[in-house]
Order: sequence, then structure tokens, then C-alpha cells
Amino acid sequence: MRRFDHRIHLSKDKIAVNILGIILIGIFALMCVMPFYLIIVASITPEASLIRDGYPLIPRGFDLQSYALCLKNPVSILKAYGVTISVTLVGTFLAIFLSTMTGYVLSRQDFPWRNKFSFFFFFTTLFNGGLVPWYILCVRYLGFKNSFLGILLPLMFSVWNMIIAKSFMTGIPAAITESAKIDGANDMVIFLRLIIPLSKPLIATLGLFSALAYWNDWYNCMLYITEENMFTLQYYLQRMLGSAEAMRLVAEKSGIALPSVPLEGMKMAMTVIATGPIVLLYPFVQRYFVKGLTIGAVKG
Amino acid sequence: MGKKAMKKKNSVLKTARKHWMLLLMLLPATVYVVIFSYVPMTGIVLAFKNYQYAGGIYGSPWNGLANFKALMISGKLGMVTRNTLLYNIAFIFLGVIFEMGSAILLNEIISKLFKKVSQSFMFLPYFISWVVAGAIMYNIFNYERGVFNHIITAFGGKPFDLYNTAAAWPAVLILLKVWKQTGYGSVVYLAAITGMDQEMYEAASIDGANEWQKIRYLTIPLLVPTMMVLVLLAIGNIFRGDFGLFYQTVKSSAILTPVTDVIDTYVFRLLINDGNIGVSAAAGLYQSVLCFITITICNNLVKKFNPDYALY
Repeated sequence: MRRFDHRIHLSKDKIAVNILGIILIGIFALMCVMPFYLIIVASITPEASLIRDGYPLIPRGFDLQSYALCLKNPVSILKAYGVTISVTLVGTFLAIFLSTMTGYVLSRQDFPWRNKFSFFFFFTTLFNGGLVPWYILCVRYLGFKNSFLGILLPLMFSVWNMIIAKSFMTGIPAAITESAKIDGANDMVIFLRLIIPLSKPLIATLGLFSALAYWNDWYNCMLYITEENMFTLQYYLQRMLGSAEAMRLVAEKSGIALPSVPLEGMKMAMTVIATGPIVLLYPFVQRYFVKGLTIGAVKG
Repeated sequence: MGKKAMKKKNSVLKTARKHWMLLLMLLPATVYVVIFSYVPMTGIVLAFKNYQYAGGIYGSPWNGLANFKALMISGKLGMVTRNTLLYNIAFIFLGVIFEMGSAILLNEIISKLFKKVSQSFMFLPYFISWVVAGAIMYNIFNYERGVFNHIITAFGGKPFDLYNTAAAWPAVLILLKVWKQTGYGSVVYLAAITGMDQEMYEAASIDGANEWQKIRYLTIPLLVPTMMVLVLLAIGNIFRGDFGLFYQTVKSSAILTPVTDVIDTYVFRLLINDGNIGVSAAAGLYQSVLCFITITICNNLVKKFNPDYALY
């Protein structure tokens, strides 16, 4: 009955707005998804066809050779996968822990130095020394060259994520902390046992931010890593796309004569391989995402 | 030691003893920020030094303003500053239109399924790295095989060589940024709309306002405060270029740099390709100071405007 009512009340202007919205949003949404479709189609198109007729709009045949070739020299790709997955897992865990723990302390109203510490952290987002001192410090004094620290540490703590954590945790009733204190629990126990379980949306959001940052990182790898077996996936892809030389090397290693190597198709297959997993993560955290983003986007 | 100082010291010790666990919990992040932010801040002295490997950051000899002079002589600084500024103005302007526009339209659409699917699609570009975005651009605009030229030639047009046409890049880069950012950016506006007082809309309906009038006279004015805050915060970062966007799509192509080089890519190339540490540190310091000034001004404006959203 209600549904019927609803339909009757659809006025002309409401319908017009809806039509306009569906058209405009529809076009934009298609533009957002179309390039992914094109990349996937190109990756399954036979190389000869790619060279002869260009990248297709509609699939011209179905050929997994590009993928097979990407995996034929699996050492570097699997290595890059391994590096990226382990750095993402370890880094995300540490990043969540660090920003929630710091954010919790700064959200405690009974902590008299919270404003001083907040400003101490926040100031770093207002002013920084720039790329050069940072780079020299990392390379010369911290030994980041060809060290996993170079791709793990730079993304491990973000003041913005800490601020998101702080504002989320300010919303958790102080009575929880107070009553636990009366029961004799110390701050760390309160944080781990009581606050963390109440912060699931926060953790999902921060986790997604950090995981995205680690998974998509090529910058730190480009700065610090020169050894091929330590490349992250994105940097591996960047190198592969960037230089014909690298392609030739892959071809040589996989033992295929150069003319028959599907260079173009391989680029596209590799792009799909490097993108896939992080996009697939989205549906699992979508539920929490919008809520957390709203805190994050205004202050970040 | 005076009585007052003694008392102060005692109260500091007392607080520290009382909250030792909280301080311990702050320790890791504090150490991190000291190492990765505060120590590099002292490294800005490099801008006034002739960096030598043996001397390191602090031991190298001073050379006054020589690095800044070299920077001026290169004549690039004005260009990259202008590019950074103009690109960011375009990003902010189009960002507001696309993000606010799609939030308003998404809110109006009745079909839940369409809303959900299209929003997920719009989010996709946010999830990819600039490396992948660069690959996508290559797929579309590549001269010999790109989809774009494929379509153009199919309709009898002449193929277009984007990678050799500097004039087209500003438009392409701005579109790329909007493409990548809109889904994410619209979430804040959407949340602001969802949080609006529904009674106002009902009252407007009773008064005979149609859907267009409600958007024009209710939704948009009510979104203005959110928009102002976001715009001011973005203006605060107007001298910071999106390194990934410019680096991964342009790939330091010499034909394109006059219209695509921003401060960040310029500093990076000075440091990594030219190894010119003093001059790149000077350019970096120039950027940091500009950013600091704009952020401070914008934050003060936000504070006046809506204290809840001020950064500090």
C-alpha cells in the first residue's frame, strides 16, 4: 500500500530530476568504469590484432597468452606480489595500531597535555623540510637504500589518520575509560580490550586507507629500491610500462624470441594483475567506508 | 631555584608519573614524527649550503643565497609555480562542481540499485595507483593503437598525437584528476545532504516548491558551508602539486614539461636526475614556506567561518 502511495506522489518535476540524474550520473559512472573494461579487453586480445588494429572497444577474440607470458617468468612478478602483500599486511597492521593508540591518548579528556601533543603532531602537516632533507636523511643516515624499511616506514604513520582516530574516539563515552580505571585496568589494557572493539568502523576505514597507500605505493620504491627482487608491484608495473628494455629482458628470461612477445598485451595484462586485488577488497569494507570517510574527508 | 619554578617542575613530574602509561603509548608516534618530520625540518639549512657528501647535511660549507640565485637564473621557478597554481585552481573549481553536483543528483535518484552501482563505479578510479592510471591513459590516447584514435579514424577523422601536443595536456590532466577524485569527494557532500533537516523539505513541499526549487533554494545553500570549508582547506595546499598525477602520466617528456611541470616534479628532477642537492633543497624550501603561509591564512579563515572545521 505504501509503495503504491509513493508512486502516486511522484510528481513531474521529481521524475524530471530523476531522469536528468540517471543520465548524468550514468554517463559519469560509465566513464569511470569504461577504462577498466578497455584494459581488460586489451589484455585478452591476441597481440597480432592489437598491433594491426589497435586496442579494441569490443573484444576481438579471447586469448590468455598475455597472462600466460606474464606468469611465464613468474619469479619477478611473484616476488613483487610477495613484497607488496607482505609490506601491505605488516604496514597496515602497524599503521592501524600506531594511529589508533596515539589517537586514543589524545582523545582522553583527563590527559592534561593532549593539546600540546596534538599540536606537536599537527605542526608537521603545516610545515615540512621538503623532499631533499628527508631523502638524504633516509638514504644516508637511516640506510633505506635497498632495505624493506624504505618501503615500510614512510607510510607507517599519518597524522591525518591519527586525527581521524582521535575524533572518532572522542565520541566514545569517557565513562567507559573511567569505570575501567576504577576497576584497576591500566590505560593500555583499556585501549586494547575496550576501545579497540568499539572502533570497528574506524579500524576498517584506517585499514583501507593504509592498505591502499601500501598497495599503490611506487614512490618510495622508486626512491629507495634498485634491486629487482625487492620491487613492489606498482613499481614493477611502472618499470615494465616505462621501458622497452625491461620488456626485452622479461622476454629473454622467459625464452621467447622478441618479435613474438606480446608487448602491448602484456602491459595490459600486467596492469590488470597489479590492480585486481585491492579493488576486490572494497566490497568487504564498503559498509564501514562511507561513515569513516566522512570523518576523514573533512579533516583530511 | 625559585619556589614557583620548583612547583612547576613538581607538577610536571606529577603529571608524568600519573600518566606514564599514556606517555608510553605516545612514545612510538612521537619518535616517528621527530625522526621523519622534525629532523628533516632542520635539514632546510641545506638550501643555504654547498652540499658535499663528506660533510653531510650539517657539516657542508655554507654558501649563502647561491642556491636561490641559481634557482632564479634557471628561470623555471616562475613557470612551475604558475603551473602548480593554475592546475590546483582548476582542480578545486571543477572538483566542487563535479562532487557537489553528483552528490545532489545521487541524493535525488530514487532507484537504490542504480545509486549503489553507479556509486561503486565512481569509486573505482580512487582505488588505483597513478601508475595504473598512466597505463589507462596510454591505452586510450596512444597514437598508433589507442582507443581514442581508433574511434576518431573510424569516423573519418585524423588521428591525434596527444603525447606530442602540449596544448592539450592541461585539459587532459584536469579531466583525469576529476575522474579519479569525484567518487571519493562526493561522499562528504552526500553525508552533508543526508544530515539535513527533512522538515525544511516538507515545509517547502507544502508551500508548493517543486524539486528544482528545493535543490536551488534549499540543498545548494545548505551545502555552501561544507563547500567553503573544503575549498579553503584545498586552497591551503594550492602550492602542493599532485606528484603522482604529473609524474606518471607525463613521464618527464621534454615537449610536455612547459605545461605540465609543477613544483613537486621540478624538485624531484633536480634532486634525482640532476643530483643538484643545494638548488633542489632551495626550491623545496620555497614551496614549504609558500604552503605554510597559505595554510595558515586559510585555516584562520575557516576558523572565523566555522570553528568546528578548523585544522587547529
